[in-house]
Amino acid sequence: MARVLFDHVWKRFGEVAALKDFHLEVEDKEFLVLVGPSGCGKSTALRLLAGLERITEGSIYIGDQVINDVPPKDRDIAMVFQSYALYPHMTIRDNIGFGLKLRKIPKDEIQRRIAEAAQILGVENLLDRKPGQLSGGQRQRIAVARAIVREPRVFLLDEPLSNLDAKLRVNTRAEISKLHKRLGTTFIYVTHDQTEAMTMATRIAVMDAGVIQQVGTPQDLYDHPANVFVAGFIGSPAMNFFTARVAEEDGALVLDGGSFKVKTPLDRVEEFKEFVGRELLFGIRPENIHDAEFVPRGVSTAPVEVQVDVTELMGNEVFLHMLAGETKLLARVDPRTELSAGDTVEVMMDLERMHVFDPESKEVLRSGAGVSAEDDE
Amino acid sequence: MADRTVLSRSEEVPMTPVQRLMRQLSRGPLHAAIILVCIMWMTPTAGLFVSSFRTRSEIATTGWWTALVPPWQFTLENYEHVLTARGMGQSFINSVMISVPATLLTILIAALAAYAFSWMEFRGRELFFLLVVALLVVPIQLTLIPVLRMYANLGITGTFPAVWLAHTAYGLPFAVFLLRNFFAALPKDLLESAFLEGASHFTAFTRIVLPLSVPALAALGIFQFLWLWNDLLVALVYLGGFRDVAPMTVTISSLVSSFGSEWHLLTSAAFVSMMLPLIVFFALQKYFVEGILAGAVKG
Repeated sequence: MARVLFDHVWKRFGEVAALKDFHLEVEDKEFLVLVGPSGCGKSTALRLLAGLERITEGSIYIGDQVINDVPPKDRDIAMVFQSYALYPHMTIRDNIGFGLKLRKIPKDEIQRRIAEAAQILGVENLLDRKPGQLSGGQRQRIAVARAIVREPRVFLLDEPLSNLDAKLRVNTRAEISKLHKRLGTTFIYVTHDQTEAMTMATRIAVMDAGVIQQVGTPQDLYDHPANVFVAGFIGSPAMNFFTARVAEEDGALVLDGGSFKVKTPLDRVEEFKEFVGRELLFGIRPENIHDAEFVPRGVSTAPVEVQVDVTELMGNEVFLHMLAGETKLLARVDPRTELSAGDTVEVMMDLERMHVFDPESKEVLRSGAGVSAEDDE
Repeated sequence: MADRTVLSRSEEVPMTPVQRLMRQLSRGPLHAAIILVCIMWMTPTAGLFVSSFRTRSEIATTGWWTALVPPWQFTLENYEHVLTARGMGQSFINSVMISVPATLLTILIAALAAYAFSWMEFRGRELFFLLVVALLVVPIQLTLIPVLRMYANLGITGTFPAVWLAHTAYGLPFAVFLLRNFFAALPKDLLESAFLEGASHFTAFTRIVLPLSVPALAALGIFQFLWLWNDLLVALVYLGGFRDVAPMTVTISSLVSSFGSEWHLLTSAAFVSMMLPLIVFFALQKYFVEGILAGAVKG
């Protein structure tokens, strides 16, 4: 069993707290991704678990064992470093077998395991080379092979894809997912790239400034972000935000953003009624703003007048950079759209997918997608 | 024509004769300067070398350059005499007996210390390192009398271990400084990865740090060896000038004083003493150059 528990862990470097009351449980066999901007403490969390840094306060468990004072080598953990950390003076075979050799595993067993790991990662033909003779992608594979050969209880991966080019990264992402399924071991993966987190994780923990912002499945985080940070961090392109006052006008509600207004349809009035008179932070994802010509069926739309600033054709979709008064909005619309830069038009916001946040605490008041509208406050 | 400056030296691009000439001309002054400096440095040595094969009377009467034209009258007699009658053979062995162990000892201790200073956490690490660096400015003359007294009390003056210890102690500050800077520049991930894989500090030291530091170790080895080989002061003070333990520097200096007029012997003795350093240097010069660069440019 390789459940990992960070039990209210603090890590301070002098005056600076890199992790603040970090509490996270990672289930056995889970693929958990720690994601956040650089400096958010995600790598620190990983290094504490690996034993490369000392915990200031709190405990870390692997299984039922507290490992605060267990030296790194006895934690039964393997780590893939961002730099891969291959030993340049050893052949690939020796690199992969290094840990096994130190653990005094019989020679033929070492060779068998090296061969097996090499076969899983497709690097059999590289075994007698040195790291300097390999490409970045090959080195990355060797680093993974070196980790899996020890059959550890927990795998740690610290931004393992960040040194690969974009295309290779997409392929490797899928391969790491496959590897996780094949090995059935707990994976903890650190990245600043929300796409990696979304595509690979069974659960994601979003971090900022040493604090966990939200933990959940990728879809959950995407649909129901707990606060402004998570809403803005997860999803690409990022969610649009605007501040507006909810006001009553002729029996309908409008979201008055000062320089622009979003009119809510009469059948949705009830949902927003509780916010009347308050100034709130609204969030809406680019794909939930539609060209009026191509609004999907069943969407309750709220029109807003905008000026199209720039259009970007992506092939399967068009990004519209728009100005609603002084507020910038980005929409991801049907490629058949005929809108072009300079047009002043009404676009449609999908009210059901509108997120509402408290402008002070930045916490969510009403989550989008409608499903959990009852969870307000 | 315009792109000529863009091409790097190593690129094999066919050039017109004019281009080639231009390139030669533009590098001409540099080459001339280098050659000039080399000649200035080499000439006295060359003169010494030629003289060492000439007879006593010839050295006394004509300049060494006159020996370069026929009829040649070179002889090996000086070498024969120096190596046998004057005890240079024994001194050569003594020099090796002093330099090699003292060099190895310095590298071993310095490497261990440098590893601790760069990769082990302990209280006062920075302070201790600062102290070691501070020792670099202490002139060794300051230590001669106290150390000699101590050696006398211990009864080890005039023995090889006395010089080994002295040389090691004098060499350590620089050696530790050089190696620590090299070790500390090794990628942190490599060491951490090794620790995660089950390496102890000792394993990390022997299996990761030492193999990756061969250029630095070799450079240090050459430096230290040359210093010890050429050292006169330390050997003279702690060995007391006894024939049977005297290294070549001591023997040669006694040639100067007691046989001031025997230039023919002095020249060949000097060459005997230069031989081993030359061999060491040419054998390890690849590392020597790498090691010098290693301090400045990481890798």
